[in-house]
Amino acid sequence: MGWVAQRMDSIPSSQIRRVLTQIVSLGVIVTSALIIWKGVTCVTGSESPVVVVLSGSMEPGFKRGDILFLQMNKDPIRAGEIVVFNVDGREIPIVHRVITVHERHGTGEVQILTKGDNNYDDDRVLYARGQLWLEQHHIMGRAVGFLPYLGWVTIIMTEKPIIKYLVIGALGLLIITSKE
Amino acid sequence: MHSFSYRANAVVTFAVTILAVMCGMASLSDNFNSPSPTADVKVLNINWFQKQPNGNDEVSLTLNISADLSSLFTWNTKQVFVFVAAEYGTPQNALNQVSLWDGIIQSKEHAKFWIHTTNKYRFTDQGNNLRGKDFNLTLHWHIMPKTGKMFADKIVMTGYSLPEEYR
Repeated sequence: MGWVAQRMDSIPSSQIRRVLTQIVSLGVIVTSALIIWKGVTCVTGSESPVVVVLSGSMEPGFKRGDILFLQMNKDPIRAGEIVVFNVDGREIPIVHRVITVHERHGTGEVQILTKGDNNYDDDRVLYARGQLWLEQHHIMGRAVGFLPYLGWVTIIMTEKPIIKYLVIGALGLLIITSKE
Repeated sequence: MHSFSYRANAVVTFAVTILAVMCGMASLSDNFNSPSPTADVKVLNINWFQKQPNGNDEVSLTLNISADLSSLFTWNTKQVFVFVAAEYGTPQNALNQVSLWDGIIQSKEHAKFWIHTTNKYRFTDQGNNLRGKDFNLTLHWHIMPKTGKMFADKIVMTGYSLPEEYR
C-alpha cells in the first residue's frame, strides 16, 4: 500500500518542534475528553452516566448492545424505575426494574427488590449470599434515556480485545506519521 | 484535500451528525403527545390470607384489570411496560409498594386490554400488618421509546382493603 510507505518516509524529516506540537495536541484532545466526561458525571449525578446493556434480561425493551443514559438524585427510589446497580463482589452492573419498595419512616431508608422484565424470577438469586434487599447506596443511577445498537462497539472491544489493540495501534500509527 | 480518507471522514462525520439530530428530534416529538389513558382494577376475590412461617403476612388476590393505554403510543414508541402495584403504609414503613402484576404492550392494537388474573408476584408484607389494611392500587406505565427519553406515569385507585382476619 503506497500511502503507508509515503507516511513512513515523512518521519526522518520531522522537526523536534513538530513532534512536540503533536504530543501537546494529543494531550489537549485527551484532556478535553476527560473534562467533558467528568462534567457529564457531575451534571447527571451518576458515576457512570452511560452504560451498555450486556444481557437479554430486559428484552424486548432493551436488547444487548443498547446504550442507556443514567441520572441519579436524592429522590427516593420508587417501583417501576429502571435502575442500575452493582452487587457486592461483582463488577458488572445490572440493569433491572424495581418491583417492590419498602420505605422506613423517618430515615427514609428504602429496601428494594428488582427483577429483569424478561426473567421469570426476581433478582434475589443475583444478590450476595444472605442479602434479601437492595438499598439506595447500591443504586448507581436510574435509566432516563435510551439509544439502540450503539453499545455494540464497546461489547466488541471488550469481548475481542485484539480488535481494541488493532484500532489503537492503527490510530497511533496515523497520528505519528501524519503531516499536520 | 481530495484524498479518499478525507472524503470518507467527511461523509461519515456528516452521516453520524444527521443520525444524532434525527434521534434527538424523534425524542422531542414525544413531548407533543398528550396522553389520556384510563384504567380500572377490581379485586374480585381474596383467595387466601395467611401469616407465613417467617412472620410476614401474605395474601393472594384475583384481580380484574382493564385499561385503555392506546393514547400513549406515538410513532417513536417501542413498547409500554405496564404494572399494577399495591401501596400502603405500616407502623414500621412509611410506604410499601408491592408489584402484583406486570405486562408488556408492544403495539397500539393491544393497548386496550382486559385481564382476569391472580397476582403474578407475591403480595408479602415486611411483618404482619396487613389485617384490615386499607391500600391503594396503582397502575403504572413506562413508555420505552425507539430512541430517546423514557416517560413514566401512573393512575392511583383508592378504596381497597384487606379482611380483618386471616383466611
